[in-house]
Amino acid sequence: MKDIKVLGTGCANCRNTVKLIEEVAAERNVAVNLTKIEDLPEIMKYGVMSTPGVVVDGKVVHAGGVPDRAKISTWL
Amino acid sequence: MHALRLSPPSHTSSWLALIAFCTTLWIAAYSHLIEFANWLISLFGLDRTTHLGEALHFFFYDTPKVLLLLTGVVFVMGIVHTFFTPERTRALLAGRAASVNYLLAALLGAVTPFCSCSAVPLFIGFLSAGVPLGITLTFLIAAPMIDQIAVVMLFAMFGWKVAALYFTFGIALAVVAGMILTRMNLEHLLEDWVVAIQKNGALSIEMATPTWPERFASAWASVKEIVGRVWPYVMVGIAIGAGIHGYVPQELMATLMGKDAWWAVPAAVGIGVPMYTNTAGVIPIVEALYGKGAAMGTLLAFMMSVVALSLPEMIILRKALKVKLIAIYVGIVASGIIVVGYLFNIVI
Repeated sequence: MKDIKVLGTGCANCRNTVKLIEEVAAERNVAVNLTKIEDLPEIMKYGVMSTPGVVVDGKVVHAGGVPDRAKISTWL
Repeated sequence: MHALRLSPPSHTSSWLALIAFCTTLWIAAYSHLIEFANWLISLFGLDRTTHLGEALHFFFYDTPKVLLLLTGVVFVMGIVHTFFTPERTRALLAGRAASVNYLLAALLGAVTPFCSCSAVPLFIGFLSAGVPLGITLTFLIAAPMIDQIAVVMLFAMFGWKVAALYFTFGIALAVVAGMILTRMNLEHLLEDWVVAIQKNGALSIEMATPTWPERFASAWASVKEIVGRVWPYVMVGIAIGAGIHGYVPQELMATLMGKDAWWAVPAAVGIGVPMYTNTAGVIPIVEALYGKGAAMGTLLAFMMSVVALSLPEMIILRKALKVKLIAIYVGIVASGIIVVGYLFNIVI
C-alpha cells in the first residue's frame, strides 16, 4: 500500500489535492494510506517551500499547486 | 476551451497553434470593448446621458476588459513562473553580497509564484538556507505588492508612466523597508520552533525541469485557478467603480482626494490596510475615482496598501513571527506607502 501525505496548512488548493488523489486512487483501484499534515513544523521537516506538497513513501514528489491527474497516476 | 479540457495538447506545436488562435480571439474582443458596451446598454433602452446609463456602460465596458487582461496576464506570467520556482529563487539569494541581495530579493518577489498560504513555508525555507531575515522580509513585501497583474493593469488603464512609477517605487519601498528591518535586529522575535528548525539547515528537493508542454499546461492551470478564484472580487470592484462613475459628483472627489488635500494619502492608506481584495478588484475602483478627480498618487498609495498588507496573510505569518514583529512589519510598510504616496503626487 502506498503511503501518501499531503502537506498544507488547510488552504483550498490543499483540500483539492487530497480530494483529487482520493478520486484517482479510487478510479484505479489502488489502496492508499492518505494522510493530511497541517502542522507547520511537521511540514517544514520535508523541506517544501510551497504548499500543497505531496510525499509518497517518504519522498517529496510535488510542491506548489494542485497536481494534475496524469501526475497523480504516475505516483500510484 | 472545451476540447482543451478533454485532452490537453502534448506537443509544443499544438500548444502554439492553440495559443495563436486564442490570441487572435483575444485581440479581436479587446479591440471592440466600447462597441460591445454601447450595444448592451442600447438593449436596455439607455444611453450615456443618464446616471444609470453611464454607470452601466462602465460596468459592461470594464468587466470584459478586466477579465480579458487578467486571463492574458495570468497565462503569460504562468509560463514565466515555471522558470522561477521558490527553490531556485532561494538558491539565488543564499550566500551573496547583502547590498545586491535586497534589490534582487525585491525583483524576484515580483516574478516568483507566491500564494499567501505558502508564506510561512517559504519564509522558513529562505531563513534555513541562510538568507538573512531582512532580505526575506524584502521578498515578502515585494511579492504581493509588485504583482504582475497590478503592473499590467495599470499599464492598460493609465499608460506606461503610471505602471513604471508603481513598479519602481514598489521595489524601492521593499528594499528600504528590508534594510531598516535588518538594522533593527529582530531575530529574537521569531517563534521558537522557527529558530529550532532553522538550525537544521535547508533540505533541497530535486524537481525535474518542466518541458514546454508542461509549462503551457501549468500556465493554463493557473488561469483556471486564479481567474476562477478572483472573478467575484473583480465584479464587486467593477460594480463599486460603476456606482462611483455614474453617481458621485466630480467636485466631491476632487475636494476629498485631490492633490490639495494633504491628509488624503494617510487616510487612503488607513482605509486600504485593513481592506482585503486583490489587484484586479481594486483597479476598477481606482479608475473610477481617478475619473472623478482624485489624485493619482493618493490612489496608487491606496492600491499598494490594499494589496501589500492583508489581514489573512498576517494571521498566517503569526504562526512564525511574534506579534511585535508583525506590528513592526506592518508599521514600516504602511509608513513607507504613505511616503511613496506623497512622492507619487509630486512626480505625477
